[in-house]
Amino acid sequence: MKHRKKISYSKYGYIFSLPFIIVFFIFSLYPIFYTALIGFTDYKGIGVTEFHILENPLQNFEIILKNASFITALKNTFTIWIMNFIPQILIALVLTAWFTSKRNKLRGKGLFKVIFYLPNIITAASIAILFFALFGYPVGPVNSILVKLGIIDAPQYFLVGKTTTRIIVAFIQFWMWYGYTMIILVSGVLGISPEIYEAAEVDGTNGLQAFFYITLPNLKTILLYVLITSMIGGLNMFDIPKLFMQGGPDNATLTTSVFIYNQAFSGSYMYNRAAAASMIMFAIIAVLSGILFYIMRDKSEIKIRKEAKLLEKQRKLEAKERGL
Amino acid sequence: MQKKKKSKGLLFKITAYTVCIILAILSLLPFWIMFVNSTRDTYQIQQDALSLVPSTHLFENIKILQGKTFDAVKGLTNSMIISVSSTVLTVYFSALTAYALVAYNWKLRKPFFTFILAVMMIPAQVSVIGFYQFMYKIGMTNNFMALILPSLAAPAAVFFMRQFMLSSLPLELVEAARIDGSSEFFTFNRIVLPIMKPAMATQAIFTFVASWNSLFLPLVLLTDSEKYTMPIMVSLLRGDIYRTEYGAVYLGLALTVLPLFIAYFLLSKYIIEGVALGGVKE
Repeated sequence: MKHRKKISYSKYGYIFSLPFIIVFFIFSLYPIFYTALIGFTDYKGIGVTEFHILENPLQNFEIILKNASFITALKNTFTIWIMNFIPQILIALVLTAWFTSKRNKLRGKGLFKVIFYLPNIITAASIAILFFALFGYPVGPVNSILVKLGIIDAPQYFLVGKTTTRIIVAFIQFWMWYGYTMIILVSGVLGISPEIYEAAEVDGTNGLQAFFYITLPNLKTILLYVLITSMIGGLNMFDIPKLFMQGGPDNATLTTSVFIYNQAFSGSYMYNRAAAASMIMFAIIAVLSGILFYIMRDKSEIKIRKEAKLLEKQRKLEAKERGL
Repeated sequence: MQKKKKSKGLLFKITAYTVCIILAILSLLPFWIMFVNSTRDTYQIQQDALSLVPSTHLFENIKILQGKTFDAVKGLTNSMIISVSSTVLTVYFSALTAYALVAYNWKLRKPFFTFILAVMMIPAQVSVIGFYQFMYKIGMTNNFMALILPSLAAPAAVFFMRQFMLSSLPLELVEAARIDGSSEFFTFNRIVLPIMKPAMATQAIFTFVASWNSLFLPLVLLTDSEKYTMPIMVSLLRGDIYRTEYGAVYLGLALTVLPLFIAYFLLSKYIIEGVALGGVKE
């Protein structure tokens, strides 16, 4: 019998992923290393193309870490993110519990989901400027509503207060993202095996108990996923704080991304300092996505590999015994 | 006992519907005010900034807007060129890369997939300085290609496509095509891509929206006002020349929001499904 020649197709794996690899190296990896390099140099000023490594290569990093605006930016970024995330996850969890409740079926869930998700799809730049107009002073819809309802006597200039402005920015972020979080959590709950709930019902648990003892523990991975992706997104917050109040008043909504942009592309064109700040952010994000990567790793595959190893060991052991 | 349960259910429904309706109003009201105010003139808005009924000054506002820096047609055209090209590149090449990961056994397959997972979360902001300088050196600032080409390599899209392929692409089909003498590239284009349609549609929607809404990179790279995208055009509305042109500012915003509104309500079913899919990444 003639043996049919087996063709190896493995080279196509390389060929088909080549465009991705080339483009990724040129447009993503190279710029990251280039940014890192610039962080160690004296590169600044518009139109300048030459730069040298500093005598003390870490100088930019030292300056940035001591820079009061950068520290403020880090603090603001974190504060605004927390102020948006806590209400966001709480509302999303409550809505998820309601929307997946088996005892009390709500109508119009589909429509509510569509409406809650709507702000997420709209251009953040437009939303920032829309809210700037809404909170306008002395002429603005928010002032009109509050005066009409009798909550305030005369129009207020909300955007001079540092805390108020921070709260509004956090609110915009919350408003844009709770719908997204809710949809993800609902899909997570729908993925939990209904048998668990049925068994619990037989045991006589009520809705609240089922939520705390079944739903929440089973959502752990997805909750972590939401937490970390939201954190990384929060660290990069740019459009809203930049266009809403240009980082003000008095740097109250200056975030790290706005800081980097301002350092590099306005005023003094400090590319080297901006690069150093980027690298500090990169380190924080790398740690966060490392955690996410660890959580999301293919668990089933690891199990299979472990079992394969165990089998191998057993086989070796048996072989040894036979040898004896 | 029965009664108690019933009243409890009623209470639950009242609370749930109240909260949902309040949230729905919160989601829609800002946009409604925006659309209404874009038809009112400065005087009307000064008298009362809050009205729920449209007025008749839409055309005046269009005229005011046309006389200034905001150019909706140019912004829409530029954004369209960038977003459509980026979407086509992302969808096609992510599917191709995912196919390389699923259909072939090659030595570096696993390390490559690990690499994709690792770089999935890196945002554009951290490399922007190097990216800008690189583009400046090769003369590609103010060139749309600098925004379009990088979208060929979209790690998150590859990840999504791979997950979809693993569950819905029967490899026997590929095998059968081979026996029929179809080349590998032909098999991908004619047999694999049609099967991937649902995943490609989802990715297309999200890539398009992300590209359409993106402000950071275009703001850094595009300094020529002829090249401004829609979000950069929008950022101009924050400028001093619009300080008292309330109606015109709302109109400018409405023009940027309207296309997204229409697309969203037409595609909302797929979009919500797509978001839900993105979360089940276990």
